[in-house]
Amino acid sequence: MGRLKQSGIAAYEWLEHRLGLIKPISEAAAHPTPSNNASWWYVFGSAATVLLILQVMTGILLALIYSPSANEAWTSLNFLNHNIALGWYVRALHGWGSDFMIAIVLIHMVQVFLFGAYKFPRELTWIVGVVLLLLTLGMAFTGQVMRFDQDAYWGLGIGASIVSRVPFVGAQLVHLVLGGPIIGGATLSRFFTLHVFVIPGLLLAGVGVHVWMVLRHGVSDWPMPGRLVRKSTYEREYHELVEKTGMPFVPDAAWKDAVFAASILFAVMACAFFFGPFGPSGQPDPTIIQTAPKPDFFFLWIYAVLAFLPPALETPVLLVVPVVAIAGMLLLPLIASEGERHWARRPVAVLSVSVIAVSLGIFTRLGTYTPWSPVMDAWSSDAVPVKYMHDRSPLERQGAMVLQDKQCRNCHELDGAGGQRGPALDSVATRLTEDQIVRQVLQGGGNMPAYGNALNPSETKALVKFLMTLRGNDLQPAIDASRELTRNRQVQTEKSQGAPIAGQKP
Amino acid sequence: MSEFLKYPGESSNDALSPEGKAQAHTRRVFLFKLAVGLNAAVGAVLAVPLIGYLLGPVSRKKANVGSWISVGDVSEFPVGQTRLAEFRSPVATFDDGETAKVPCWVRRVSEQTFQVFAINCAHLGCPVRWFSESKLFLCPCHGGAYYEDGSRASGPPERGLFEYKYKIAGNSLVIHAGDMPTLATQASCKEKPLVKIQPAMVEMRSTTWEG
Repeated sequence: MGRLKQSGIAAYEWLEHRLGLIKPISEAAAHPTPSNNASWWYVFGSAATVLLILQVMTGILLALIYSPSANEAWTSLNFLNHNIALGWYVRALHGWGSDFMIAIVLIHMVQVFLFGAYKFPRELTWIVGVVLLLLTLGMAFTGQVMRFDQDAYWGLGIGASIVSRVPFVGAQLVHLVLGGPIIGGATLSRFFTLHVFVIPGLLLAGVGVHVWMVLRHGVSDWPMPGRLVRKSTYEREYHELVEKTGMPFVPDAAWKDAVFAASILFAVMACAFFFGPFGPSGQPDPTIIQTAPKPDFFFLWIYAVLAFLPPALETPVLLVVPVVAIAGMLLLPLIASEGERHWARRPVAVLSVSVIAVSLGIFTRLGTYTPWSPVMDAWSSDAVPVKYMHDRSPLERQGAMVLQDKQCRNCHELDGAGGQRGPALDSVATRLTEDQIVRQVLQGGGNMPAYGNALNPSETKALVKFLMTLRGNDLQPAIDASRELTRNRQVQTEKSQGAPIAGQKP
Repeated sequence: MSEFLKYPGESSNDALSPEGKAQAHTRRVFLFKLAVGLNAAVGAVLAVPLIGYLLGPVSRKKANVGSWISVGDVSEFPVGQTRLAEFRSPVATFDDGETAKVPCWVRRVSEQTFQVFAINCAHLGCPVRWFSESKLFLCPCHGGAYYEDGSRASGPPERGLFEYKYKIAGNSLVIHAGDMPTLATQASCKEKPLVKIQPAMVEMRSTTWEG
């Protein structure tokens, strides 16, 4: 036994004498850290790294089967799902791992921001972290393209349409993104190159630099209200704190990281096992146009924002806002490198995080049910509710036919069924008078197309008569107040036998 | 750092001793600098063709990418109707697979006049669908709507649908196709201005009953 131990030590010494890495690494792992940051709030960075390793490993396994050719990618994904033993599970791990990684990276970022950990001397750590976030999102977008289905195809179209808005070099950028004049084999190949070689290489190198700087400056201490960061004193204070309360990172603080990383991995495995892989949806055949393309979860908010921008603002916002937002994130630690770290003394920081989180949440939620999209089959699948047909005249019933036939339901709800692009019509006659409905239908406006060319006079008549019956719970119909006024004024004018004076109240 | 290269580039540093300055000017230091310069030159020569390769899709000197291609027999398109047609992109390459197929909407206005619209919404390129009853093209993504002549009706697009140039060759309808149509690379319709913001009909809303 003693001999075995001795030969083990000899082997280690042989190796370490030649390699020279084991000792420095174990010393770095056991570096002293202030005891106040051995907290469950400090576990997200290491969990993100563990997820990155999971993504690299599952990605390599998928690459054994996946064919990055526009001709075969979709088929190879289905082959992975159905014909390769456990192929579905590896795909699911990679897909869910990606969602978890973005979520954990975002949580990590918010934690670092709220704890003021980006301040001196960790400014560059934050800046590299922002780059890592952008690279992670880049992995997510290019990964969505790897799942070469309908959503990927039209998602590429959306990407190309966005870069086409860049002034002067739009066309060149489109060709650079697509690798040619159309979305095709060259496009998939270059996104594969980005997803498998370029971005992962940058990501791993960036994580290396990020971790190196964490070791160099130490994990930030727990913020205390009133304990300000000053460039002249912070490092001395930190070292004093380490000397006073320091404990080895491994194992005294790292066990929480390890437990959290394991539970996150377990959560990824559970999601992968119970919910399975993402897609692929329909084959990437652009002639199948019966599709409503949608991006993956973490890009839904962008998809929603694009629905709400007014046409004239869209290009400026698309080109300016991302630049400003990224520049703001990068410059943050340079602008606010000193001062208060605790969230309780930084109301603007807390407010910013809250507003951004609520906005992203709302837009993501909207993106899940896209109220701005017409429901393409509502006109043929959602019947006019029977209660709206009771006690109606033949002309009004004819109008209900017109309503269905002219696809009004694709954008307008009746009794909760139909599109939500326009207002629900259940009580339209309480909001608009007959004249106003006629005008709205024929001329459109307020984001509604004009139907003057699609309706003949008798159809218009019937449609408007039917709409006039829609008064919710027997509410008062809308009345034209001005008509009443002009009538009164006419009466008055007739009485006084004179011309009415402008602005005079009747 | 090497003992001999202790002060490279610091020969102008007055704090250095004369020996130090001399050491920064040895033949080896000079040769090293020369070798760095040589590598920079070789690197540039190496980089130019590689960057050229990378930017290949951009620098393609075809102002008019694409060519004329048939979308079907003229008789397949009845006068007054709008129908979906498809063709294989003339710029497709060997591994494009199904993505080489391109759909388009063909509207036959009269015996001899057509309009051939790109499938891609002018907003963000999603596939628009034709609704013959309401005479509208609707986009499933963000609800862009266009009238039967392709002009903008409502929604986020800032212009009408992209149109292909067409001609009738014998019995078949031939269009000029190439680039995927976007605001910068339109479907070969060079006649139209690149970005044309058509006024939306939103001013209608400023009537009193809406306010």
